[in-house]
Amino acid sequence: MLEIRNLHARAGDKEILKGIDLVVKAGEVHAIMGPNGSGKSTLANVLAGRETVSVTRGEVLYEGKDLVAMAPEDRAREGVFLAFQYPVEIPGVSNLYLLKAGLNAIRKHRGLPEVDAMDFLALVKEKMKLVEIDPSFMNRSVNEGFSGGEKKRNEILQMAVLEPKLALLDETDSGLDIDALRIVARGVNAMRGGSRAIVLITHYQRLLNYIVPDRVHVLSAGRIVRSGGKELALELETRGYSWIEDAGRGAGAAAS
Amino acid sequence: MSTSTKSIQELTDKEYKYGFVTSIEADTVPRGLNEDTIRLISAKKNEPEFMLAWRLKAYRHWLTMKEPTWANVHYPPIDYQDIIYYSAPRTKSDGPKSLEEVDPELLKTYEKLGIPLSEQKALAGVAVDAVFDSVSVATTFKDKLAELGIIFCAFSEAVQKHPALVEKYLGSVVPYNDNFFATLNSAVFSDGSFAFIPKGVRCPMELSTYFRINAADTGQFERTLIVAEEGASVSYLEGCTAPKRDTNQLHAAVVELVALDDARIKYSTVQNWYPGDKDGKGGIYNFVTKRGKCLGTNSRISWTQVETGSAITWKYPSCILQGDNSIGEFYSVAVVNNHQQADTGTKMIHIGKNTRSTIVSKGISAGRGQNTYRGMVKILKGATGARNYSQCDSLLLGDRCGAHTFPSIEVKNSTARMEHEASTSKIGEDQIFYCRQRGISAEDAVSMIVNGFCKSVFRELPMEFAVEAQKLLGVSLEGSVG
Repeated sequence: MLEIRNLHARAGDKEILKGIDLVVKAGEVHAIMGPNGSGKSTLANVLAGRETVSVTRGEVLYEGKDLVAMAPEDRAREGVFLAFQYPVEIPGVSNLYLLKAGLNAIRKHRGLPEVDAMDFLALVKEKMKLVEIDPSFMNRSVNEGFSGGEKKRNEILQMAVLEPKLALLDETDSGLDIDALRIVARGVNAMRGGSRAIVLITHYQRLLNYIVPDRVHVLSAGRIVRSGGKELALELETRGYSWIEDAGRGAGAAAS
Repeated sequence: MSTSTKSIQELTDKEYKYGFVTSIEADTVPRGLNEDTIRLISAKKNEPEFMLAWRLKAYRHWLTMKEPTWANVHYPPIDYQDIIYYSAPRTKSDGPKSLEEVDPELLKTYEKLGIPLSEQKALAGVAVDAVFDSVSVATTFKDKLAELGIIFCAFSEAVQKHPALVEKYLGSVVPYNDNFFATLNSAVFSDGSFAFIPKGVRCPMELSTYFRINAADTGQFERTLIVAEEGASVSYLEGCTAPKRDTNQLHAAVVELVALDDARIKYSTVQNWYPGDKDGKGGIYNFVTKRGKCLGTNSRISWTQVETGSAITWKYPSCILQGDNSIGEFYSVAVVNNHQQADTGTKMIHIGKNTRSTIVSKGISAGRGQNTYRGMVKILKGATGARNYSQCDSLLLGDRCGAHTFPSIEVKNSTARMEHEASTSKIGEDQIFYCRQRGISAEDAVSMIVNGFCKSVFRELPMEFAVEAQKLLGVSLEGSVG
C-alpha cells in the first residue's frame, strides 16, 4: 500500500527527514513513535502533501503511484486521509457542509454519483454515534469553539465518513483525557480491518494500549532507528527514548 | 510562490461575463455639461417647471463645489466636460407603453443578463424596472402592483404622473447640495426607479431595478426614490452590469429611502459593474450616495450590499434614525480584486429615542485590491437609549492587497450603548490545506472559506439573491486559487 524509500525532506531550509524507509501493507496498523522534534509530524505532512515541507530525495509510492507528485486533494481522493494534530477552524462553514463537499469530491473522482442530502445525513448520524458526537455539532462551523477533545473526535468522524484506504493519525491522542482517548480508540478500531492501512503517529505509548499496532517504529533525528512488534512500545515506555536515540546516533555516525 | 498563493491569483483572474455591448441606435446629447445640457435633458423628459428649477439650483451649486479627495481611492482627474450626460435607446414614440413595444434588441440584452423582462418568463415574485443607460426601458408587473395602490415605475414616469409625490420627497433625504457627486446627479439625472407603497400595504413581491450601462463615454446618473407610508413594507433589489471598455465610466447615482411610522424598507444591492481588466484598465467609477430616513416611529431601514464590481467604489448607504425606536441596519460584503479600489461603509445618525443600528461589514481583498471600510456612528443629544453594534471584518487573499478600516464614533448622549468589533485575517494556507486534504480542490476551498466569512451578510439577502451573490463571489475571486 505504502512504500517509503530513502525519504529526505526539509521544512524551510532545515533538513528534518534524513532517509526514511518504511513499508506499510494493506490491512496493517503501524505506530510511529519518537521524541519531540524527531520528524514525526513532518513525515505526516509529507505524506499528506503540505507545501511547507519539500521532498529532497527518495520516493513515496502509494498503491504503486508516485505520491509526492500528486496534489493534496488528489491524494485524498485516492484514499489518503490525515487526521490533523491541530485541526483548523473555518468560521461560517458548517462541519456538515465541509464533510459533504469532501465526500462528494472523493466519490466523483471514483466515478460514483454524489450522495443526496438525506442519505448523507443518515450516514453521518450513524458514524457520529461511534465517536459520541452530538448531532448539533454538525451545523456548527468547522472546529470553531470546539474543545481539544471535540476537534480530535471530529477528525475521527471525518475519517469514518470518508473511509480512506490509508489513514494517518498525527498525534490524535495528544491532549485527550482518558475517556476521550477511549472514544477515539474505539473509532479507530472500528475502522480497522479489511485492506485499510492505519499509521498512528504518537509520542506516548498510552494510545497503543487501546489500538494495538502490528508494527512499531521509532523515529529519531529523521531516521527510523528501530522497528519491532507491539512489545517495542512497552519497552520504550519503561526505558524512555534515550537508549534508542543513542543507538541511532551511533548508527548514523557509522553510516556517514 | 506556494501553490495556494498561485491558486489565489488564478481564481482572481476570471473573465467578466457581462462585458458585451448591445448595438442599438441611441439618442445622445453632445458631450459636456452646461445649463443648456440640463435644459435639454429636462426638455427631453418633458419635465414640469419645479424639476428644471431644482436641477439648475443643483448645477449652480455644483459649480461652487470641489471634488472630494478624502476617500482612500486614487484615480486620474475626471474631465466632466468629456462625459455624455444623456443617452437613450431611440424609440418610435415617447417610450414603450408595454413590453410588446420594447425594442427586441433590448429584451435580448436583459435576457442575456439573466433578467427576462417578459412577465411570463420573469422570476415569480420579482417585479423589475430595467434601466438602460439614461432611461428606464421596461417595468414589469406594474398593473398587478397598481391594484394594491403600489406605484412602481420609471422615475421620469413618476415625474409625469405623480408630480406631487416626487416634489414632496425628492431631495428630502439627500438634498440637492449634499455632496459633489450627489449634486452633480441632482443636476443631470435622467432616470431611475420610483416606488411608493401606500399606508398599510405590504408589497407582495420583491421590487427590483436592473441597471445597465451600454453606451460609451456616457455617465450614468440615475436616481431612485422609495417611499413607504405608515405600516407599509417593501423589499427592493438592485443589480448592475456594464460592457467591458478600456476607458473609465462614471456612475454617480442617488438613492433616497423614506420610511414613515412602522414602515419597513429593505434595500439589497448586488453591484457587478465592469471592474476593469487585470491591469486595472477601464472599469466603472461607482460614486454613489445612498441614504434612508427613518422618519416615523418604529420604522426600519436595512441596507444589504454585495459589491464585487467597479474599478472604484465610493459609497456609504446610511440611515438617519429620526423616529423614536427606529432601526437602521447595514450589511455589506465588498470584494476587491486585481486593481479594484473600494471605500465603502455606512453612517448611522441616531436622532430619536431608543434608536438602534447594526453594522456588519465584510471586506475581502485579493490581487492588488485595496478595500477600505469607513463608517460613522453618531448619537445625538436627544437619542436617549440609543444602541449600536458594529462589526468589521477583513479577509486578505494573497500578500499584495490591502484592507483599511476607519470607524468613527461620536456620542453626545451618555445613555448610549456602543459595541465595536473588528478583525483582519489572512485566508489561511492551513485552512485551504485542511479542505484539500479532505478532497476539496483549492479553488472550491477558497470559495467555501470566503463564503463562510460572508455568511452573516448573505443571510440578510432575499433567497434567490443570496444564491446569485454566492455565485458572483465565486466568479469575482475565480483565478485567485488553483
